[in-house]
Amino acid sequence: MKIPVSIPAETFRVRAIDVVVIFIVLGIISFIIYIASEWGTPYEETLEIDLNPSNIPYYALQSLARIFCAYILSLTFSIWYGYTASRSKIHEKVMIPLLDILQSIPVLSFLPGVVLAMIALFPGKRLGIELACILLIFTGQVWNMTFSFYHSINTIPKEMKEVVKVFKFNKFSKFLRLDLPFSAIGLVWNSMMSVAGGWFFLMACEMFILEDKDFRLPGLGSYIQTAANKGEIEYIVYGLGTMISLIIILDLFIWRPLIVWSQKFRIETVPPEEERESFVLNFFSGSIFIKKIIKLINTTINQIEKLSYKRFPLAYTSIMNKISKILGLLFLMVILISIIWAIIKAIGLVSDITLSDIVLIMKSALYSLLRVFVALLIALSWTLPVGVYIGLNPKAAKILQGIVQIAASVPATAVFPVILLFLIKLGGGLDIGAIFLMLLGTQWYLLFNIIAGASAIPKDLIEISKAYGIKGLRRWKVLILPGIFPYLITGLITASGGAWNSTIVSEYVSFGGEIMYTTGLGALISQSSASGNFGLLLLATCSMSVIVVGINRLLWKRLFIIAKAKYTLE
Amino acid sequence: MEREIIIETVGIKKSFTVGRGREITVLEDINLKIYSGEFVSILGQSGAGKSTLLRIIAGLVEPTEGQVLYKGVPLKQANAKIAVVFQSFALFPWFTVLENVKVGLIGKGLTEEEMNEKAIKAIDLVGLDGFEDAYPRELSGGMRQRVGIARALVVEPEILLMDEPFSALDVLTADNLRGDIIDLWRAGKIPAKAVVLVTHNIEEAVSMSSRAVVLTHNPGKIKADIPVELSYPRDRNSRDFKFLLDKIYTVLIKPPEEIPFLLAAGRYQFLPHAKVGAIAGLVELVHDKGGRVDVYALSSELSMEVDDIFPLIEASVILDFGEVKEGDFILTEKGKRWAEADTLEKKEIFKDSALQHVQLIKQILQVLSTISKHRVSDEFFIDILKNHFTPEEAWNQLETAIDWGRYAELFAYDYDAGELYLEEPSTIDM
Repeated sequence: MKIPVSIPAETFRVRAIDVVVIFIVLGIISFIIYIASEWGTPYEETLEIDLNPSNIPYYALQSLARIFCAYILSLTFSIWYGYTASRSKIHEKVMIPLLDILQSIPVLSFLPGVVLAMIALFPGKRLGIELACILLIFTGQVWNMTFSFYHSINTIPKEMKEVVKVFKFNKFSKFLRLDLPFSAIGLVWNSMMSVAGGWFFLMACEMFILEDKDFRLPGLGSYIQTAANKGEIEYIVYGLGTMISLIIILDLFIWRPLIVWSQKFRIETVPPEEERESFVLNFFSGSIFIKKIIKLINTTINQIEKLSYKRFPLAYTSIMNKISKILGLLFLMVILISIIWAIIKAIGLVSDITLSDIVLIMKSALYSLLRVFVALLIALSWTLPVGVYIGLNPKAAKILQGIVQIAASVPATAVFPVILLFLIKLGGGLDIGAIFLMLLGTQWYLLFNIIAGASAIPKDLIEISKAYGIKGLRRWKVLILPGIFPYLITGLITASGGAWNSTIVSEYVSFGGEIMYTTGLGALISQSSASGNFGLLLLATCSMSVIVVGINRLLWKRLFIIAKAKYTLE
Repeated sequence: MEREIIIETVGIKKSFTVGRGREITVLEDINLKIYSGEFVSILGQSGAGKSTLLRIIAGLVEPTEGQVLYKGVPLKQANAKIAVVFQSFALFPWFTVLENVKVGLIGKGLTEEEMNEKAIKAIDLVGLDGFEDAYPRELSGGMRQRVGIARALVVEPEILLMDEPFSALDVLTADNLRGDIIDLWRAGKIPAKAVVLVTHNIEEAVSMSSRAVVLTHNPGKIKADIPVELSYPRDRNSRDFKFLLDKIYTVLIKPPEEIPFLLAAGRYQFLPHAKVGAIAGLVELVHDKGGRVDVYALSSELSMEVDDIFPLIEASVILDFGEVKEGDFILTEKGKRWAEADTLEKKEIFKDSALQHVQLIKQILQVLSTISKHRVSDEFFIDILKNHFTPEEAWNQLETAIDWGRYAELFAYDYDAGELYLEEPSTIDM
């Protein structure tokens, strides 16, 4: 007689997918250990980037680790800065404009300060240069995330905040249950954009010249840069291919699932028309192992939350509040003092600036301004018809959007060398070439916004204009342009900011062993950073900052207000 | 029998500072005692500060003057057990029904099992068993508010505060939920000792509560405190019910001072938010009915709530088209003429009334005719109005004045430029 054995059906059956998950976890752990061992070694000044393609995986992993570290840093900073800025009216008045200014400063302007500080902290260690590189990537990706988080926690509906007060949440619960979920969607989107920005400036961050000294770290960015310097098209293509595949893999395995998951945190309480899907998410959510991990994380967080109430029962919070208020004010003072200190230092640096330098800066600024303007015009001229076409034709959107997304994810900086080859053959040099290089990086912001705007035009408006026989130019004037106007302005704001930021890499390019540059603010910043002319660097950076913030305040913000008041479809 | 006082407000005043140190008082001199076993409704028109009063009682808003006592102890020091049900439900969309209800129990030192047990009990109580794992977006409005109520009940509050809990729901759903809440309250299943309900719906107040506190508006003061001593279940068609409704209507409409709508010393005239078309609709309807109607009968016939119909009545009174007596709305001679007039005459009569009785319109005309180009930015008037109203209310006031002034063809408004202007400056003489 057989004895019936009952096996709990779900819990013990390990599926193939679980094996995959375990491998991935083990892989991540060994990756972290490996990177840690690498970065602990002393810094080799004579490091040569080996162009042998078999080294590419090694380089790619290093770059990936750097971008990841910079991202974690950005996330932490964003949350901290967002909270601190919304602490009081004074904090807000100081910290938000400061963020605006910081955002307008190009990566390379941070370079000397960051690198010198890190070398001083870790003399002769590779860790110092690594940290410098991570900090540089950080300065390229953090600001929009910070804006997003700050904006999110300040748009939480009043009644939701009151719920938190009525039911006596402590700070940790408020963060965990209200602030973080509320800002999740914005954070995920901005994280995606930020990491893309990280790839964009990777080459500039992994390999740079400071005070005529060469710094380089093994990585994908420096690989492509080295290949470009030697004029080796074949190796450029290898490096580029790796980078693009990495970006696509990240998109598929991290960003897309994250976006789908973050839909859970939508605010409107009506179901969406179309559920987004991610096959990766569907695939992995079948894994028992993943479910176990999620459950473990959940209970751990719940335990921490309970503990937080034991450590800080409500009676203490008023004292805690006072302490944190004092700390916040102290921090504000530190910011103000360091701004004053920086200004005093800056005056010292700028004192040896000559009149000809100032003329040069003004001339460069004018050139860059013209280039940014022309680049925007060119971008507008093709993205407007294409974006509207895609937005108004759902069928076309399905096919084209994927292609456009891949095209947009290619970091333009990496393609520069290839494009340059053609531009040089065509003649005209970098003077005009820089415009095309800028275009490569910024046109996508416009395109995506226009697509979003066109697809948001209500169906009945489209039908009515059809019924009245509104066609051609009139259709654009009556229906399309007013319909997409707010989106168009948003796109232009981002694109113009991006164009200014990319002047530093598009006006100053090293290729085939020589450095090519043209007159422009970006070139000036890159040059003065490389040669260690800090006074000029500071003044050029300030000029750029003033121009970008000024244009934002005087032109874009006003247009945006008009767009919101007049052309918002509700 | 001595009843326990759960909440007492002592000399509550709440004012907001609006630009240049000017103050607007929303609540004034509120002395209110809420006893154990009471179901108190706070009634008033929108802008009467009812919700602000509720938030002060809940400890969410600090009063400018006075204090709230919870069982005799100032609220700040008391470990008060207060729960709030919100108008917009205020549920966390990313939590399930069960998780949303458990939100109330966080940090109370309970184990996961205890929390689940209590939450499920509360969910069953409001009739949502089976929906524990649903997300708010899958529920109808009425069910969402049930979650909001369960979340409030799960903390076993001593006092339950409800801020217009039914006004985001459709009529039938709201009625159904009201009935359920009253049943729970009468059966003693609501753990709270007292309930405070803020509403602008008089029928709701009379059908549910044991006491109705009526607030004036601008600023909110207690105008009347009326016990509702009807036995449950309450029959809306009974004479007593209707009598009480009429009584509260009269109290609500009738201002504390007898000459209501003329300017009280120093106080700027408040224009009810009513469009001319709607005022005309009301006056014509009343004229068809013989020039006199019962306000409550009218509002239920039109199925309009206090917030919708009062502004129209108030506007008619301001414009001298009608008056209110004993819960009835009666047309004046001018009102009758206006109802009968054709379009052009209507405009003339309205113009005459507006020039005589509406302070803001008079002021606008004065400014426009003294300035040489006869064009003034709307911001200019907003700045003046901000001295008397909140910024939001200032815009409401100006919008109403523009609507009335445009209809009377006294002045015009350029939306794009945001400017008021005279069309034919010479023809206006003041």
